[in-house]
Amino acid sequence: MTEQEKLERQSKRTRMILIAVSVLFIFLMLVVPLAAIVVNSLKEGFGFYIQAITTEYVRNALKVTLIATIIAVVVNTFFGICAAWLLTKFSFKGKQVLATLIDIPFSISPVIVGLAFLMTFGRLGWTYPAIRAINQWLGTNFRIAFAIPGVVIATIFVTFPYVSREIIPVLNAQGKDEEEAAALMGAKGLKIFFKITFPQIKWALIYGIILCTSRALGEFGAVNALSKTRGETFTLPLEIDALYMSGTDVSITSAFAVSSILVIIAIIIMVVRNILEHRSNKKMEKGEA
Amino acid sequence: MYVEMKNIYKQYGNFTASNNVSFGIEQGKLAALLGPSGSGKTTLLRMIAGLETPNSGDIYIDGQRVNDIPAAKRGIGFVFQSYALFRYMTVYDNVAFGLELQKMPKDQIRTRVMELLEITGLSGMEKRYPNQLSGGQRQRVAFARALAPRPHVLLLDEPFAAIDAKVRTELRLWLREVVTKLGITCIFVTHDQDEAVEVADQIIVTNHGEIEQVGTPFEIYKSPDTPFVAQFIGKPSVVEGYDALNGFDAIEGAKRAIIRPEFVKISRLGKLERFMSAAEEGIVEDVVFRGNHLDVTINIKGISVIGEWSLEKDTLEIGEKVNVLIYRLYIIDEQQNRTYLCENKEMQEEDIFYI
Repeated sequence: MTEQEKLERQSKRTRMILIAVSVLFIFLMLVVPLAAIVVNSLKEGFGFYIQAITTEYVRNALKVTLIATIIAVVVNTFFGICAAWLLTKFSFKGKQVLATLIDIPFSISPVIVGLAFLMTFGRLGWTYPAIRAINQWLGTNFRIAFAIPGVVIATIFVTFPYVSREIIPVLNAQGKDEEEAAALMGAKGLKIFFKITFPQIKWALIYGIILCTSRALGEFGAVNALSKTRGETFTLPLEIDALYMSGTDVSITSAFAVSSILVIIAIIIMVVRNILEHRSNKKMEKGEA
Repeated sequence: MYVEMKNIYKQYGNFTASNNVSFGIEQGKLAALLGPSGSGKTTLLRMIAGLETPNSGDIYIDGQRVNDIPAAKRGIGFVFQSYALFRYMTVYDNVAFGLELQKMPKDQIRTRVMELLEITGLSGMEKRYPNQLSGGQRQRVAFARALAPRPHVLLLDEPFAAIDAKVRTELRLWLREVVTKLGITCIFVTHDQDEAVEVADQIIVTNHGEIEQVGTPFEIYKSPDTPFVAQFIGKPSVVEGYDALNGFDAIEGAKRAIIRPEFVKISRLGKLERFMSAAEEGIVEDVVFRGNHLDVTINIKGISVIGEWSLEKDTLEIGEKVNVLIYRLYIIDEQQNRTYLCENKEMQEEDIFYI
């Protein structure tokens, strides 16, 4: 056997081992639990499944989840792009500090975030007198803590870095030359952004939005601290938790049924992501041909 | 002067990129900003373009002070070192971009773009994307894009740095031709002296954020003003104790001299026909093959001098004794920041004797 053949055989063996380890891991950690959800959710039959996912509580939770997710994604996409653009194309004092601040939601436990918001907007919070004054003045009963605005704010906070973190490396890698060239020819800020910058970050942005959406849908900890009313401010993960915690056989099966909604949404997102990625790869190949 | 910089001063933090820089370029001329990396040449170019602002000093284009005029209104075409082509636009859209911003009618844009692609030899490539082009083609798209809005001044940042040697030579000649034909004033940045000498009408030598010398390639080559220019241009060997050499006297305060290969004539021992009294005897220390000639290092009284040896002659051996005639050298005075051209005085005396 020549050295070359030995090396080839070795690399083949390495490949087999790596494949086996990865497949086993993914199977045990991802596929089996997800299958358990599906199996458990259908334990009481399909009729029960439909009933379980269409109760008043679940429909409301789905509504709250979608509201929070959509607002969070829109807000974070906008501010994420702004922050990424600022951090990559301009230099100013305190840039490093700002870059670090953006990452804070990654490093703080969501539960702490929830409590922090509670201490800011709740009855004991320092903004409470202001909120109460406004409500008295307008004759309204607007609340942030233990209400939908609180859920939305917590979701925005927790998912803030996803969009900007996806775009920043791309913008950094591209440099400023193309923008400078466009500016030299007389293009203004927005024109430069839509004609030059946006096409460069498009795929990273879509990926960031997808990550942000997934994370927003599944947020539990921070929302848990700020949302206490089932059927009003509960999101799907909170509803699932509530169902599961009530402990009866029926409610546990219901919990699995409701979980399956999130699983289905997650699968749809993954499929969309893969289609987009596939398309972008195809476009790149065509570009290079 | 068409483009002029007066007392330009530019600082980045503690780093002085331009220190009291003044120079001017006549209309229709091709000027090179030549200097080593970090000498501030790109900063000067970017300030003319309006991509950077000087801390003090004035920039004039066509008699108008442009310091407060935005980059886009200065009538400038800029070719970036990286070309900075818009990668998500076709060649056509790249070239048309500046014209669209000027709100030119579509049919006129089409005519202009096609005309430029013709000039740059890119006809038929208008539907391609930048990543489908070779380095030389990208370079030419960058030219076409910069020239499309009919700028009065074309600025190029290291235009040939990323192109392989053969294509580079072609592109240099092509650039000269196009610029001359269009009658546009052109300034380019380079660290390659061959490029500057070959392409430019005027060379501005920069070093440590200052201008060392401004002149035609011939002037820069023939009479370097400062020790830096003398050491930067040509293939200099720096020698100490030059007054030990036959025919050269020391100048007070100047310890070192520069000898270029073209100042040195090497002959086999005893084969030198004239100027025997001006010549030296030396020992071949090293012979390096350079493709079209040999670089020969010769030790004369402990001083190493490099000269050229034709491949047509029988090769020299290391250790061989030869006669060396040094026609002239540049004595450099670092304290005064001056250079002196010294001819071999023995040769001049002998000339007189022969007459």
